[in-house]
Amino acid sequence: MTYIPTSPHERDAMLKTVGVKTLDDLFDAIPQKHRFPNLNLPPALSEMEAADLLGEMASSNENVREDMVSFLGAGAYHHYTPSVVDHMLRRGEFYTAYTPYQPEISQGTLQAIFEFQALMSALTGMEVSNASHYDGATAAAEAVNLAYAQFRGKRKKVVLSPAVNPQYREVIRTYSQGLGVENVGDEATNSELGPEALIPLIDESTMLVVLQFPDFFGRIYDYTKLIETAHAQGALVCVAANPTALLMLKTPGAMGADMVVGEAQPFGIPLWYGGPYLGFFTTKKSYVHKMAGRLVGETIDSRGQRSYVLTLTAREQHIKRERASSNICTNQGLLALACSIYMSALGKNGLQQVANLCYQKAHYAASELNKLKGFKVHFKEAFFHEFTLECPQPASEINQHLLEHGIFGGYDLGQNYATLKNHLLIAVTEMNSKEDIDLLVEALKEI
Amino acid sequence: MNTPTNLKYAQSDEWFDPASGAVGITDYAQNQLSDIVFVEILVEAGESIEAGKPIASIESVKASSEIYAPATGKVSAVNTALAEKPETLNSDPFGAGWILKIEGAANPDLLDAAAYEAHCASRTH
Amino acid sequence: MTKIVEPTIFELSTPGRRGVTMPAVDVPETALPPKEFLRSELPLPELAEVDVVRHYMQLSKFNYNVDAGFYPLGSCTMKYNPKINEDTCRLPGFLFTHPLQPIETTQGNLVLMYEMQEWLKEISGFAGVTLQPAAGAQGEFAGVLMMRAYHNLRGDDKRIKMLIPDAAHGTNPASVGMLGMTVVTIPSDDRGNVDLKALEAACDETVVGMMLTNPNTLGMFDEHIEQVIALVHGCGGLMYGDGANLNALLGIVRPGDLGFDVMHFNLHKTFSVPHGGGGPGCGPVGVGPKLVDFLPSPLVGIVEAETDDVPPLYGFVTPKQSIGRMKAFHGHFGGGLVRAYTYIAMHGPDGLKDIAQYAVLNANYLQARLRDTYHIPFDRICMHEFVMEGQFEGSPIRALDISKRLMDFNFHPPTNYFPLIVHEALMIEPTETENKATLDRFADVLIQIAEEAKTQPELLQNAPNDTLFGRMDEVKAARELVLCCWLPEDYEKLK
Repeated sequence: MTYIPTSPHERDAMLKTVGVKTLDDLFDAIPQKHRFPNLNLPPALSEMEAADLLGEMASSNENVREDMVSFLGAGAYHHYTPSVVDHMLRRGEFYTAYTPYQPEISQGTLQAIFEFQALMSALTGMEVSNASHYDGATAAAEAVNLAYAQFRGKRKKVVLSPAVNPQYREVIRTYSQGLGVENVGDEATNSELGPEALIPLIDESTMLVVLQFPDFFGRIYDYTKLIETAHAQGALVCVAANPTALLMLKTPGAMGADMVVGEAQPFGIPLWYGGPYLGFFTTKKSYVHKMAGRLVGETIDSRGQRSYVLTLTAREQHIKRERASSNICTNQGLLALACSIYMSALGKNGLQQVANLCYQKAHYAASELNKLKGFKVHFKEAFFHEFTLECPQPASEINQHLLEHGIFGGYDLGQNYATLKNHLLIAVTEMNSKEDIDLLVEALKEI
Repeated sequence: MNTPTNLKYAQSDEWFDPASGAVGITDYAQNQLSDIVFVEILVEAGESIEAGKPIASIESVKASSEIYAPATGKVSAVNTALAEKPETLNSDPFGAGWILKIEGAANPDLLDAAAYEAHCASRTH
Repeated sequence: MTKIVEPTIFELSTPGRRGVTMPAVDVPETALPPKEFLRSELPLPELAEVDVVRHYMQLSKFNYNVDAGFYPLGSCTMKYNPKINEDTCRLPGFLFTHPLQPIETTQGNLVLMYEMQEWLKEISGFAGVTLQPAAGAQGEFAGVLMMRAYHNLRGDDKRIKMLIPDAAHGTNPASVGMLGMTVVTIPSDDRGNVDLKALEAACDETVVGMMLTNPNTLGMFDEHIEQVIALVHGCGGLMYGDGANLNALLGIVRPGDLGFDVMHFNLHKTFSVPHGGGGPGCGPVGVGPKLVDFLPSPLVGIVEAETDDVPPLYGFVTPKQSIGRMKAFHGHFGGGLVRAYTYIAMHGPDGLKDIAQYAVLNANYLQARLRDTYHIPFDRICMHEFVMEGQFEGSPIRALDISKRLMDFNFHPPTNYFPLIVHEALMIEPTETENKATLDRFADVLIQIAEEAKTQPELLQNAPNDTLFGRMDEVKAARELVLCCWLPEDYEKLK
């Protein structure tokens, strides 16, 4: 299959205009001994053959919509996406456009991103949002970059709660390895402790405290006091939040957080085996000049019409080059659009229903599981749609047993926390029917 | 282009007032940067600074620039009003647009007004 | 009075209006958390589904896009995005697999990822590939992290300088800045190559390496590429290739064969993943033998070898000296890798070479057609793009005016003001998926605009004239900084 429209006759006419005889003559600048390698790749497929091949690969997976019952969360969540979302995303006007560098002919993308910024600000309780990041983990890493730039490198300590998603903490460490940043607070021994255990670590060298809401174990805390403590030391606080939980719970913005970031995948973005997802990044207006990423602002055009442009672009890599606080140039535009359409299509009422369904079903599951001999909901704190279940055997064995019943049990916390070898992180969403939950309970009775 | 004769100028487009110790950016610089939307002063009053080191960072609608100290000494004052009204650097670069004051010695490489004007002329073609 | 062309989704909201509804709760209900844990209000829009469809339909009409017409945005490779990709990436088996499922249940995904790694290695001549980076810029960052880790592990810790040509993308120096290294800018010579004398002078024992886009942002393949790489290697540095312009090299030359040590791919440019109005991108990274052990984790590997009757088991592996994780999970699988895999599978080795050849032919054809009208400062056979000056002797017209005027003829403008080393740069990349008639019409229009620049400059300075929106006040946007159409007080009013 080819997508090249040029006929042999047109090709020859064009070569003549250029002044060369053959296509190969265009490549004289390439060292001869390396020119035109033979690539050992499978021969080209027609569209029909490619559709069949990909169809086979896809159907050889077990998926959570058609094949399996799943209680996996831990950073990616199975939710229902209204049909209208993908119908709009499939419009070539959206998905085949580039970054809106020419605002006169990109107002669709620009207004959509502007609305995304507003939706995220409203959701998190913050003043400004950027046009999005790669995912929740990199958004958290960019929070460290913001704090580093804000203190101009004079403060170098980041206090990481051990109850922040382990992958987020890994990414923060990857990103900060060249800046001499000291990441502390998430030593394995701390994993059972609540947020107050971080207080002694926060001092005048601390630039940022990173928390998660609800935390990785599913627990809900009011971080107001902790944030006040951090502010008293002059440190900033970033909270990585689950957007579905924010539909119901007090926002980190209301708790005083300086940055609220997170993974917006639950809002209309497929699980897709881990990506692409959508990082959101919201903050206070006073930090906007240090924030990475694209930013859309309102203005007017030469005809007096309200319109939108990329703004404060001098913060970014293409102008500030090595002095920019981040090298990021893409946003996740199309997925930000998916998120906005998801939020708009469900609207306030539908979203509140989603949150309530998650909450109710998770609590039903927890209460039923808690009745099983040898099983116990591990933490006493309130939770939203994810909780830690203590099991009588290593979590990996429990999961293997559940797999035989067509169930993905939960995330094995022992992979990251030495004291939690027998613990599963169970996520329940509106996609889990009462029958699914009862099936899980029944299967665990056999343990 | 306005180039007051009582000031000294750096090739990197800062001015220094030997009488008051005030530092700012030149008319030429503000014109090149165009509409300035953000100023961050990187030093605090009381801090010791060395000529040639960055003292401020400026962003306009289309460009970004570092501002370097034209003198060595101690920062005696910073113009905190600029944070709210960065456009002052465009409208009044030699007056209300002063960035900070330095008590100390001017960098010996600074130019007088005539030499600075020649320097600017050599960059426009 | 400001005219509103399309209200925002917040302005369209009516309290009490319902959109998509969810099923009733099917489990016994529990009390909500205590009030101090609950948010007091949820200030989100309330619309019917039809309101939502009409709103986004209207917004979509405001966008120029590849499906609508020619989009010769230099350095961005705005080729046609095949529709089949949109179907394959939405197959339920891909859409609904959770990244933390047991590997035994996701072998289809893992085989695809493994083969993608192998294919990208074969296309580029590298020894290892990671699919994890989310975009080109993140791939660059991963590459620079690996270069740093390589030197550090050898105890060679005085290397702090990265050599970057003056024509480079801003992401190159920004990636270096994120690691606290120093950038040394290397000038270009008068044929658009790296200035070898300047490079030689900069090469010493403090050099981390060089980041080179080749073909560079002038669209020129460096005529001394082997000498450039030899100089960098000679001082102990590593050679980074910015793969932004790989479209010109498919089946033509493999960067790994030339001696590059590391390069990122832009699957959203070269391999037809749609740009999506700014993202998501997808930026795998290939490395030579020196850096294989430093790749970000995890990679896809064979974790149990195949036997006579059982196929191999694919799973995740961590390189020995890995720089760590770049993002959560395994990369942009669904929206990135599946689309690119479909595209490569449908092209095969000869089809890939055709892509590069026709991309280069189209650029050279446009360059030949415009040479007599516009000044082309580096005028030789170009690769997939070329740069010309959007200014004329004695005319006030600037590149931006030409760009805006192009919109009146229903063309997307080229890239403006980049690379920085060309005055009033217009950077044109037609890609291989445009036909001769389109290229001719585009060239004719640019020649007409050049004439208009002399006879009716105001026509250009006021352009675009025939679009729905006119030029924007960017100063107002930056000064007033209205970034959000929702404010707490707005919702007070609604109550």
